[in-house]
Amino acid sequence: MWWYAARRIAASVPVLLLVTLISFSMMHLVPGDPAAAIAGAGATNAEIEAIRTQLGLDQPFLVQLGHWYGGLLRGDLGRSILLNRPVWQAIVERLPITLPLALFALLLTLAIGIPAGIIAALRANTWVDQAVTGLALLGVSVPSFWLALMLIILFGVHLEWLPTGGFVPFSEDPAAWARTMVLPSISLALLQIGLLARITRGTMLEVLRQDYVRTARAKGLPGWMVIGKHALKNVMVPVVTVIGISFGLLLSGSIVIETVYGMPGIGRLIANAIFGRDYPVIQGGLLLTGTMLVLLNLAVDLLYAVIDPRVRYG
Amino acid sequence: MAEAALAGDGAAIAALPPARRFATTRRLFGHRLFVTGLILFGAMLFLALAAEWIAPHNPMRMQFRARFRPPGEAFLFGTDNFGRDIFSRLCFGARLSLGIGFAVVLATGIAGTAIGLAAGYFRRLDEWLMRVMDALMAFPAVMLALAIAAALGPSAANAVIALSAVYIPRTARIVRATVLVVREMDYVQAARAFGGRDHWIILRHILPNSLAPLIVQLTFIFAYAVLAESILSFLGVGPPPPTPTWGNMIAEGKDYIREAWWIAMFPGLAICLTVLGLNLLGDGLRDVLDPRLKVQQG
Repeated sequence: MWWYAARRIAASVPVLLLVTLISFSMMHLVPGDPAAAIAGAGATNAEIEAIRTQLGLDQPFLVQLGHWYGGLLRGDLGRSILLNRPVWQAIVERLPITLPLALFALLLTLAIGIPAGIIAALRANTWVDQAVTGLALLGVSVPSFWLALMLIILFGVHLEWLPTGGFVPFSEDPAAWARTMVLPSISLALLQIGLLARITRGTMLEVLRQDYVRTARAKGLPGWMVIGKHALKNVMVPVVTVIGISFGLLLSGSIVIETVYGMPGIGRLIANAIFGRDYPVIQGGLLLTGTMLVLLNLAVDLLYAVIDPRVRYG
Repeated sequence: MAEAALAGDGAAIAALPPARRFATTRRLFGHRLFVTGLILFGAMLFLALAAEWIAPHNPMRMQFRARFRPPGEAFLFGTDNFGRDIFSRLCFGARLSLGIGFAVVLATGIAGTAIGLAAGYFRRLDEWLMRVMDALMAFPAVMLALAIAAALGPSAANAVIALSAVYIPRTARIVRATVLVVREMDYVQAARAFGGRDHWIILRHILPNSLAPLIVQLTFIFAYAVLAESILSFLGVGPPPPTPTWGNMIAEGKDYIREAWWIAMFPGLAICLTVLGLNLLGDGLRDVLDPRLKVQQG
């Protein structure tokens, strides 16, 4: 176990280093002069020079790289050009908006995706299965930002059941806060629900064919016990992997969803940075998500090794 | 049969009587979902290829007296805030959106295969190549594509570069996994025992036998690329307006959804049908070509 864990951790170190390097190099992908691109058309030479100095672009590449890693070690991700404040601070300030949104979406995904996939597999090739598979396929085919707009038209403009966007802090009005969260979390969750239902169904079908399920049936265990005790446990392994992937999808999904619903969260921060060529925010956003996902994957893998001895020797 | 085994499955299939050679094609056309996908995607492809002849209006012509016309006889899907015909823009948008998707599939197919083959066959390269691929895959696909496109600047070519950078590692990983299995097959060992050169073994034996999962994966990548391109365009880092892409059209319609829902609705439907068609094609191909493969991650 310890050997496996050590190997797995050692393999993540170069990946993390590369993640920081890729995030850093984003600024250097800008063709021509990044400082001029950030300043925009019509900026004076003095303004361009000011940005160049502020971002350290006047220094040699290796000095810039050293500066970047030095900053990372101190927990400094640089300063946003548009907001004129530390990137780290800008992200942390918006966490209370994006975190609940992502959690609601994840909750919807788990509550609908897993049961739907299991039911479809248990009723394979019936109309129930076809309905679930069809809906799941639709879920992974609809662009989330477009779905968000359509939900606004239906529930916000026509039926007037829910607000068309905006955000109310929880501390001001919890009921209004909950109402502003409904449509965004549904829009954000749909893709994941479809994905999870498809994967759960596929895995469940495979597990149901296994010998140990047949044995459990043969020795006369009631159906719910075969499913609950023998099948479900083995279905959970790939499902947990998908949940890990979901975090990445939820974060990148929030970029468009928060833009459509006008929610001032992390997604909106990154969308504005992309609009406004605010490269330090783009770099910081990439770095944090990339690092988080690498660590999350590592944690999931180590967790598997603890639960399932087959992983350690695989 | 010995020669056929030595030459790999590709030659073995070619040597079969015609009835068995077309068995895969016949099974594909017997797959109901595959055919549905083919019809959906074929229809969108037709719109894209025949845009000049189908589109009733010039997609760029603004008619200020005809702004915000609802769908009807004069304008099938209505007009937008500049009085441009939405159906015509949708046809030309199909050309660009599918074109970008296809370019991404092509670039991903070539580069992903090359990297996957190299990593799977030359074991010394494997560790390095795959760590770089892992790092690129650590970022959420759409977020990395947005960042690259934002850095390079908004254009169709840069959208292709950004999306390819995101999907090449995902393809390389699939190809590598297949190569690792195929390289241990008897016919590869035999070819090596006969003194076959590496490049010959790769091209003649490994590549043809690794194609099935690759084709399935590339079909799904086409679907993801069309979806992701629409997000790039929607956020203003795709081909810049007034060029009609489906994402651009939705972005323009976003500000008018109260008065003119049709501006944003129809291009979104086009994306849904295209992606649905491609997903169905991918599912069908997977069922027929490579039943072991599971649903891939986005």
